[in-house]
Formats: sequence, C-alpha cells, structure tokens
Amino acid sequence: MMLFMLLFSRQGKLRLQKWYMAYPDKVKKKITRELVTTILARKPKMCSFLEWKDCKIVYKRYASLYFCCAIEQNDNELLTLEIIHRYVELLDKYFGSVCELDIIFNFEKAYFILDELLIGGEIQETSKKNVLKAIASQDLLQEDEAVEGTLRDIGLL
Amino acid sequence: MAPVRGDGMRGLAVFISDIRNCKSKEAEVKRINKELANIRSKFKGDKTLDGYQKKKYVCKLLFIFLLGHDIDFGHMEAVNLLSSNKYSEKQIGYLFISVLVNTNSDLIRLIIQSIKNDLQSRNPVHVNLALQCIANIGSRDMAESFSNEIPKLLVSGDTMDVVKQSAALCLLRLFRSSPDIIPGGEWTSRIIHLLNDQHMGVVTAATSLIDALVKRNPEEYKGCVNLAVSRLSRIVTASYTDLQDYTYYFVPAPWLSVKLLRLLQNYNPVTEEPGVRARLNETLETILNKAQEPPKSKKVQHSNAKNAVLFEAINLIIHSDSEPNLLVRACNQLGQFLSNRETNLRYLALESMCHLATSEFSHEEVKKHQEVVILSMKMEKDVSVRQMAVDLLYAMCDRGNAEEIVQEMLNYLETADYSIREEMVLKVAILAEKYATDYTWYVDVILNLIRIAGDYVSEEVWYRVIQIVINREEVQGYAAKTVFEALQAPACHENMVKVGGYILGEFGNLIAGDSRSAPLVQFKLLHSKYHLCSPMTRALLLSTYIKFINLFPEIRTNIQEVFRQHSNLRSADAELQQRASEYLQLSIVASTDVLATVLEEMPSFPERESSIKKKNVPENEIRESKSPAPNAVNSNANADLLGLSTPPAGVNNTGGSGTLIDVLGDIYGNNNAATYNTKKFLFKNNGVLFENEMLQIGVKSEFRQNLGRLGLFYGNKTQIPLTNFMPVLQWSAEEALKLNVQMKPVDPTLEAGAQIQQLLTAECIEDYADAPTIEVNFRYNNVPQKFSIKLPLTLNKFFEPTEMNGESFFARWKNLGGEQQRAQKVFKAQQPLDLPGARNKLMGFGMQLLENVDPNPDNMVCAGIIHTQTQQVGCLLRLEPNKQAQMFRLTIRASKETVTREVCDLLSDQF
Repeated sequence: MMLFMLLFSRQGKLRLQKWYMAYPDKVKKKITRELVTTILARKPKMCSFLEWKDCKIVYKRYASLYFCCAIEQNDNELLTLEIIHRYVELLDKYFGSVCELDIIFNFEKAYFILDELLIGGEIQETSKKNVLKAIASQDLLQEDEAVEGTLRDIGLL
Repeated sequence: MAPVRGDGMRGLAVFISDIRNCKSKEAEVKRINKELANIRSKFKGDKTLDGYQKKKYVCKLLFIFLLGHDIDFGHMEAVNLLSSNKYSEKQIGYLFISVLVNTNSDLIRLIIQSIKNDLQSRNPVHVNLALQCIANIGSRDMAESFSNEIPKLLVSGDTMDVVKQSAALCLLRLFRSSPDIIPGGEWTSRIIHLLNDQHMGVVTAATSLIDALVKRNPEEYKGCVNLAVSRLSRIVTASYTDLQDYTYYFVPAPWLSVKLLRLLQNYNPVTEEPGVRARLNETLETILNKAQEPPKSKKVQHSNAKNAVLFEAINLIIHSDSEPNLLVRACNQLGQFLSNRETNLRYLALESMCHLATSEFSHEEVKKHQEVVILSMKMEKDVSVRQMAVDLLYAMCDRGNAEEIVQEMLNYLETADYSIREEMVLKVAILAEKYATDYTWYVDVILNLIRIAGDYVSEEVWYRVIQIVINREEVQGYAAKTVFEALQAPACHENMVKVGGYILGEFGNLIAGDSRSAPLVQFKLLHSKYHLCSPMTRALLLSTYIKFINLFPEIRTNIQEVFRQHSNLRSADAELQQRASEYLQLSIVASTDVLATVLEEMPSFPERESSIKKKNVPENEIRESKSPAPNAVNSNANADLLGLSTPPAGVNNTGGSGTLIDVLGDIYGNNNAATYNTKKFLFKNNGVLFENEMLQIGVKSEFRQNLGRLGLFYGNKTQIPLTNFMPVLQWSAEEALKLNVQMKPVDPTLEAGAQIQQLLTAECIEDYADAPTIEVNFRYNNVPQKFSIKLPLTLNKFFEPTEMNGESFFARWKNLGGEQQRAQKVFKAQQPLDLPGARNKLMGFGMQLLENVDPNPDNMVCAGIIHTQTQQVGCLLRLEPNKQAQMFRLTIRASKETVTREVCDLLSDQF
C-alpha cells in the first residue's frame, strides 16, 4: 500500500501531496521537509529507492518535478516507479505535454486524476484509456453545466 | 500550457499568478492574508454567494492550505458544495473535505449524509466521487455508516465495473480502520470469485482487497489460491496483444501479476494440491524464462514492469523455499543483475539475494557471487547500494568464507561512509565471534576494529572481547601481547585504552617476561594515555594499576606515587579521588595475601549466548518480514550485548532472570517513575513495590491495631554491587508526631544478585494524611542513583473491619450526618466498570464489606474502625455505581473530619 505521494520542485516547493494514512498536520510537514531535503541531496545516477524509517521511498524526477512515494516494506519498488510513470503519462495526456505550471494552476485536476488512478493507496485502474475516459466523463458533466449556465444567463433556459 | 477543459476559475488563476509573482516570503504572506480576509468577509457577508463563487473561494482556501498555511474556516461552505447539483461544485467540495477535514470533525454527520445521497445516484461518476471521499477519509464513522452499501455495490450484478473497482478499494480502506466491516459467510466466496471477473480492472482492485482479507483470515479465504494461480498462469502465458490496454509497455498486466504473486505469499505451502502446485511452478518457470528473452522494448518502463513481476516471483520462490531448482535459477538470474547498468536493479538484486542466502538450497549458489558483491561494496557510487552489498556479505557469510569476508569488510571500513560505519562494526564483530575457530583471529579482528573505527565501536563490542579473552585461557597471552603492541601506536583510540587497561590488568604478567614489555614498561605505556582519557577510562586504569601492584610488587612504589597524586584535589573528579585514595590505602594496609585474594584474577563469565549475536536477526525472520538485517541491528542499538550490564529500561522483568522476590509475585508496571505509584498497595500488603533495571524492592507488611511492621526487600538485579546503598525516610518531624516510623539501618553494599531486608515499624498515634516516602540512594558503577518511593503506609492500614447488620448501619449512617462528618466524590469508573473487582478492592482496603445491607444489590457498603494511639475513629463507606453513566459515587462518613477526608481522597478514582 502506498502511504503517501509528494510532488515537489527542484527548488523544494511542494506542488502536490496526497496522504493515504492519517498523519497529524505537524507530522506531515515534518515528513515533507525531511524527504525533500534528503531527495534533493541525492545525485542523478543514484538508486531510486531508499530505506526510510519503517517504509521505503521510491522517487523519480521528471523535468523540474520530483515524484516521491512512500510504500510499505513488502511493496514492489519497480512497480511503484511505474505507478509514478503512469500518473505522469496521464497528466501529460490530459494537459498535453504537462509542465510544472499546469500542476500549479490546475492542482485540483491533478488531484482528480490521481484519485482515478489510486484509491486508499492501492492502484485502482491501470489502463490509461479507462482513466482518461473517467476524467473525460467528469469534464463532460462540467461542460454541460457550463453551457447550461450560459444559456440561463442569456435567458434561453 | 494547454487550456484547461471543464470550466476554469479565472479568479483562482489570477490569485495563483499573484502568489507566484511575489518577490519575497513576506509579500506572499501579505497577499495570502489579504485574500483570507476577503474570503472571510465574503463568507460572512449577508449576500448569498452563488455556487460558482463558493467553489472558487473554497478552491482558493485549498490552494492556500497546500502552500503550507493553516486554514480554520470554510469547512461549512465546502460541505454546502457537496449537495450542489452541479458536478464541478460538488467535486471541489469533496476535494476540500478529503484534504482538510480530519476524521473527528463535527461536520462528519453532514458529510456522511451527502455521501449517502451521491451513492444512490444513477450516474457512476457521482457514485465514484462519493466512494473516493469515503476512502480518503476512511474513518470509523465512515465504516459504520457504509458497512451495508459498499459490500453490496461490490458484488452486485448491476454495478458498473468502474464502480466495482472503487468499491473494492474503498472497502479495503475501511477494513483497515474497522476490520469488522467485512461480512462473512456467503460473502466470502462472492468476494473471492471477483478474481474470475471479466474486467481486469475489477480483478486488480479486488486482489488488493482479498490480500488484506487473507492476512486477517487465511483459512476462510483459502479458496482464492486456485483462482489466483490459474489467473496468473493465464496472464503470464498471454501474448502482450491479448490484454489490450492492460498490457503495459509489452508486459501483460504487471500490476495484477504482482498482486497475485503477493497474494500467494500469504500461504505456505502455497497449496497442497499437486495439480495447482505444478501449474504454479510452471508459471514461475515461465516468468524466469521470459527474463532471459531479449527485451521487446528499450524503454526503461518495459524492463521495470517485466522485472517487477520477476522480483515478485522470486519473492514467492524464496517464501516457499521448497523448490531447489527454482531457487538456483532465481539466484543465477539475480547474479546477472548484479552487473546490470541500472542502479535500481543492482540494488534490488542485492536485496533479494540477502534472502536467498538464508535458504539452504541457494546459500551455496549465492556464495558464487561473492567477488562481485565485494566489488559492489567497494565500487558502487550510491551508499545505499554499498550498504545493501554489506548486508548481503553478512548474509552469505559462513565458516568457509568468514575470514575473507571479514577481512574485506575491515579493509572497506577504513574508507566507509560514516553513515554505515557503526552498523558495519557491529556486523564484523558478530561475524568474527560467530565463525571464530581460532580466537587469536577473533582478538585481531576486534582490535583492528577499534584501531580503524574506534569511535563506532560500541561498549558492547569491547565488553565482549574482554569477556571472551577472560573465558579462553589459550588466547590470553596473545591478547595481552597484541593489545600491548596496539597501545604503542602514537595515537590510539580510547576504546583501545579501555581494552588494553583491562587485559593488561588481568594478564599483563603473561608478557612481563619479555623485557620489551616488562611491568614498568606496561605501566608507563598505559599511564601515558591516562591524561587523554575520560574519567570513566581513568577509573578503569586506576583499577588496572592496583591489579599491577598485585601482579608486579616491584613497581608498587611507582604506582603508589600515582595514586597519591590523584587522591587529592588534583583529581577534579570525586570518584577518581576516592578510588585513588582507597587503592592507595589498600596497597599500604593489605598484606600480600589479602591483596592477592582481593585482586584475584576475574572468574570466567557465565557462558551464555552472546547478545551481540542476538542482534543478528534469525534467518526465518528475515525471510518472513523481508526486512534486511540492518533495521534490526539499529533498533536494538542499546540492547545489552553481553549480559554484563542490565536489562534495558522499561522492560518489565516478570519472568525468569531478573526477579529476585518471586515469592511475592505480582509485579506491576511502570518501573521508571521516580515516585512510585503505590495506590495499588491501598488494597494489599505484599508485593513488588518498585522495580527498574537495577533494583527491585518488595514489601511484606502486617498490621495490628495501631501498629504495623514492614519488611522491605532490596534486590540487586545487576552483575555488580550497588555501593553506598542507603534508604532514607522522608517524613517530617511534624508528621512523625502522628505516624512514628522507625527504620533499621542496612548494609551499605548490596552485592550483585543479592537481596537484603530492611525492617520498619510504624505506630499510628493520630490520623494522618498521605504516606511516608523513602528515598533510596546508591551508586551503580559509580554513578549515583536516587529513587523516591512512597511506602504502603496509608491510614487505611490501621482499619479494623467491623461487622454490623443493616439496621445498625443505617442508624449510624444517619448519626454521622453532620457537615464535617461527610465526604463525597463522584468520579468516572475505570473501563470497563468492574463491580466484582471493586468489591475485591474494598475487602483489601481493610473495612468490612457488609452484605445484604444496601437495598440496591449493586451498591457496596463497608464499616471499619481506625485505630490510633489516641482514639478510635468509626468509619462508614458507601460506593454506588451508575452503570449507564459509567460513574461511581463514593460517600464516606466518619466521626472525625480529617479521617473522612483522607479516606475519601485515598479511594477516589480507584474503581
């Protein structure tokens, strides 16, 4: 089970945090601080896995963003790397060549996409097509509502 | 940046831009505070906000929170959004709640209602939103509210696949916080059969759920094994085109494969059925075969996914530990990875091999890779990989390769990263001891350890080498010679001085024949280090010197001179001063015979398993937990390696070794409290009053009328004497006028493992409050220790139980109705409310528990007389439980106000 996922920039700015375990806010901040420092200090060719407290950290850098997951001792590290990759692919597909700014300005979307991929720290849907379909149907609902709203505004409904 | 689909929120984008444009942290905070004020006024204002505005502001709050600022409002607005009929507003409401509402929020009821509505929706998008929210919060409340709906959603034929997937994981999340949520019976087989579902996404989600359920109840879910094996077999043999979108970079369903392989690891043996077993082995072989095929893609994703499955298959093979053929193949495969160019693979291969090394079938195979592993330890760029290599060397070590591996580790230690030195030192020490056939080798290794990495050699390690040298005669001369040589180095570590001091003090005579290590030379060599050492080491050296006087009478005057120097103010440390002057006196006063007896060679240490080795994780444990040895080593870092020192603090030493006063039994917890809680002794007279890692104090007492006698039993749990042992009574002269306590003196030395008794007498002259305390002072290893312990000498000890019938009880009860004669307290019951327990306590308290007196059978009434020298005080008690409120009401009536109050105080909160 994944315990949490953090996205942060090379400057150490936290861009997204998703916690699958209930930690107090103070602890979350402490964990984040520690991990960001630890990972930013690591060199590019180093191993993507590290033992940390009683869990394992799996991280990977994509352009200016670090994706960092904590998993349990028995979880599969390599496949966690691929969960990260799948998430990046989904963001990329959705935003079209995703960059850090997309995630900053549309952080809520980034959360919605993540919720379609993982629930409770476990992978829900590994098919890229199916996740994108789910997101598309959310967007469709929103667009309908937006159209409806406009129509109402101009007195057509 | 691409345009966002759905409806964007302009105000939010502007705000985010503003924040990003802030030049300083202060500017950012200012901008945020301005926004917070704005939002607050919007939320407070009378004009009703429309859904869009609410959504926008809630989203801004969320953004501010994610920047790391605290948000203390907006929750209500977010909850309002949940019931919006616009999906986009609802979704933002749910997001805010998932991120910001903690599990015991007051709003949880409202949230649950909204979720209930959405779960009923016909639109799967709404249902999933609700399920995601339940999973994100995952509290007990959620589990209780949805324990019916979610299992139904999961197995119902009408549920859409996407909803089933979410439902499975949502249920898993709730199961983790509330295991009772899972229905049993027929549900079991319906859940298991999700493994046969057509939809791969449903199977993937369900497998996670089943894995957790199996962990809880393997027998009930045993049926999943056959289904899992056949599903796995179908996936592994499928071509990558068969599974369409569930193929990931040419690897068919890697997530599901890994989950199924994990699921099977819950059983050992995985299956008893030969057919299923054959199919599983075939599948595992196929996975191993595929690893040898040329890659279908150069992308790292392909190799990662493929190898993820392979590593998980190897985990299952190691877990079963029954197929030598598969184990050997796994080992060969991992061996290839050791020289792969991907750091990640090398790391994982080393880790996995640690487990293989513990299997009898593959241990020898692993050893074939020793050279590569040694190279990894030396050459890897990443310290975590180097550390993994060290772990593997440790795991693959046996009698055959111990010398080589230990030597390589010692060589590496000279340049090793500081972060792993301590652990390496421990590993080397353990291996050297475990596989030593020739103890001169062992001595060399440990002295080398101290020389190379003295700072990282823990006390336990040097204690242990001394213990072994003392116990093995054949190595003593060699040890003395080697340590003498090591001390000659111009700079040598303090730990070396300690070992040297101890060993030469015991066995210096064995090398004294050589003029190069004549007595005076030894002494001068050691003393040249004296001034550079800490007081602890100096104290040890002083002991060595007095031993020298016994071993080498010819250098007595030189040594006495040193003692003289340090027996006065020149030694800032009082302990050193004292030691020096005592040793000096001893050397002057004692005859040769006495000296020889006092300073006789140390007796052998009891041969028990070195606890240094206990730090080594048992092999099966490694395999079970998959956690490599280093964790265990770290977590035990302050464990006692030698049995020389004492058990770690906080361990309640109930059974076996530590308990001296086992006749008294009944030890109760919390042994580090400085002032010991003696409330339990309100209800009993005998037991263990105090216990920590050094000392145990038991008590036996008896009382008659206004007199009492106490025996205190002090037991020394350590291996060395406790000196300057002195219990002091803390009971003021004024208080002593009411309760006179006399204490017999005790011997100031409490020998190792010994027990002494101290007698106390008490006379109650007048009623008193509280109880006397003793302060126990002593020195352990010359460190002063002090504990304060309350004596079980409370006023109730002088109770005489009084039998009476209901009539006379209530007559007296009425008589004692005056303001000063009554005391009452209402307090919360200890959980669970225990009436028989309360009755027992009252009987132990000293009063008579009167049966059939109170009309309410749950109520308890008691009567007793307190005996003091000056008067007798009658006392009545009534204890009324309120089961519903889980409370007690305690009423005391007595003929004297101070007694009423004291008895009431003593008993309140005790039930």
